[in-house]
Amino acid sequence: MSVQPGVKHKATGSTNRPFNSLYDLIINLTDIFFSLIQRIVGLRNMPYIFVLPNLLIFGIFILFPMLLNFVYAFTGGSSFTPFDRPWVGTENFDRLLACENYLDPHTCNEDLFWRAVYNTIGYVVFQVALMVLFSLITALVLNRKIKARGFFRSVYFYPVLLSPIVVSLIWKWILQENGLLNGIITSLGYDKIPFLVNADWARSLVIFISVWAFMGFYMLILLAGLQAIPADLYEASAIDGANPWQSFSKITLPLLMPTMVVVLVLSLIRAVQVFDIVFAFTGGGPGTATLYIVQYIYNYGFSSPNKLFGLAAAASLLMAGVLVVLTIIQLVFRREES
Amino acid sequence: MSNILATLRLTKGRKKLDITDILAYLYLAMGVIIMFVPIIWLILSSFKSSGEIVKFPPRLLPYRQETVMVEGYEEPLPLYVITFDDGTTQTLAQVRRIGLEAQMIDPANPDEIIKVNINQRQPVERVYFGLENYIEGIESFDFGLYLWNSVVVTVTATLLTLLFNSMAAFALSKYQFRGRQTIFIIMISTLMVPLSVVLVPVFLVITNVGWNNNLMGIIVPAAATPTGVFLLRQYMLTIPDELIDAARIDGASEWRIYAQVIIPLAKPALAVLTIFSVMWRWNDFLWPLIVLSRSEYFTLQVGLASFQGELNVQWNLILAMTVLTLLPITLVFGFLQRYITTGIATTGMK
Repeated sequence: MSVQPGVKHKATGSTNRPFNSLYDLIINLTDIFFSLIQRIVGLRNMPYIFVLPNLLIFGIFILFPMLLNFVYAFTGGSSFTPFDRPWVGTENFDRLLACENYLDPHTCNEDLFWRAVYNTIGYVVFQVALMVLFSLITALVLNRKIKARGFFRSVYFYPVLLSPIVVSLIWKWILQENGLLNGIITSLGYDKIPFLVNADWARSLVIFISVWAFMGFYMLILLAGLQAIPADLYEASAIDGANPWQSFSKITLPLLMPTMVVVLVLSLIRAVQVFDIVFAFTGGGPGTATLYIVQYIYNYGFSSPNKLFGLAAAASLLMAGVLVVLTIIQLVFRREES
Repeated sequence: MSNILATLRLTKGRKKLDITDILAYLYLAMGVIIMFVPIIWLILSSFKSSGEIVKFPPRLLPYRQETVMVEGYEEPLPLYVITFDDGTTQTLAQVRRIGLEAQMIDPANPDEIIKVNINQRQPVERVYFGLENYIEGIESFDFGLYLWNSVVVTVTATLLTLLFNSMAAFALSKYQFRGRQTIFIIMISTLMVPLSVVLVPVFLVITNVGWNNNLMGIIVPAAATPTGVFLLRQYMLTIPDELIDAARIDGASEWRIYAQVIIPLAKPALAVLTIFSVMWRWNDFLWPLIVLSRSEYFTLQVGLASFQGELNVQWNLILAMTVLTLLPITLVFGFLQRYITTGIATTGMK
């Protein structure tokens, strides 16, 4: 806790003597070391000392792997060390992209890849649409003068805190053959529904669960956007005799648009990378019904018996390309708004 | 429901509830059911016995059968209400069951054995919140070890994140130096490239550093979050430079300026990053999954995932362990709720 006394300080609201003096002690001790460094490198070079630890970790564990990914993608074989891998040019990409008819995964060389691509597209379209729709409705409702707003906001937000494993376990438990939902369905006189066995149900439920799990997050962003709209605009429009729908479509919606774009792009980027909730919930099944692109990469890189690192890396580069495009779109929108 | 609306009308004074208010409350009520019932159901189910948890249709509350100690029998005997052919009922304890016939005794008169058809008996049950699943789960699941690993990872990674990110943010916001812009842009550009697309090379790096199956392998790489640097830098830009100049004139070293001028002033941003970091590290799954393959290093999330993948899934234990896993983050949320919601709303990040 020594590096951030402020948090504790703030939380307790009063001065925290032993804690502060411990912090001072640590600063006094570390200052001996850093003063020495400052004497050696000079004041002008101190900023490099400050960025060094972060930059080192960042370079080794984020930047370097990103560059290595290119090496994997353009080399073949099953060796894990990049130097033992023969150069194959674009063979991995050719293999992934070879298709007689792109609309029919059966005719593709890597039919699983294309299945994963189509599954991901379907997932992204529906998930993002529902996510934006429901987080917007919820934010609009919570922006009204209602009782217990804080309580409702917490309830909608709470699932965001849960880990993907916990989320998938909760829903597996409810949706399993003898679960709560089938209990309710049979007590109403209908037959049990095989939620986790039927491909269409599995696909829809994966979308539902991910909306359930993340909606609160986007709702909060939209709520902040709504609260930033000046109240006097509404008062002025009310004086001018605007009805609620007019003030919504003429004031709320246009002014909320920038926030909506952020929410749209963030949820889009996240949806393309869907993995852990689905991995724990259906494992990609039944069959390949919920096999998405990141799990395809994971399967080829880590869990299949003959690990095709090159293929996995090539697939991940293709996906990174899509994400970069999405990010650029977002940046363009953000620039336009400012 | 009409009562609730009536009270709302009263408390709202003269202003009447119009149709949009009613729709809003209906929507919220629906939402609360969908958002919260799954969690309530998880908690209720986690108290059910292994026998009851597989019953269909499931019952809302956890029940246990009442038992009674009877002289002459070592084990406690289960109690049943017997409906006799003439319609009278009596509470009896079951000694044993043979096929369709159960041998019962009256606890008050233990010598006489009464034989009844098993369809005539109804178990005597009461609502019971026992900790048996939790105790058995902790024993068979190595919960303590996984919890320890998760706590070690979350606490050290968060401390390192706060230290390294704030140092970098300080340099990037308060100094002019060659390469500053480049470093910042490279870091920000990786904000959007997720770990999932560099799985294989990251694994190679970790293996070569020797951190495969080592908690260091998930603590250190996670410490250099671009998000944290960005968040703190934006906040530190608002701190006036005059404070730094004044401290420098007083002869403070750069480290002292960082630690005793900037850090105390950046408390709100540090609080937000602390919450984010705890949330990220506690719930992290993909990275620990590839780095940790030996169960003694599992974090709670990886442990839980492998536990549910075992052949004969014991749901009663899994559900109890799930409740324990979400307990810490729920407590954090309870105490820091305001910081979390405003933090996310203002930064737009998770």
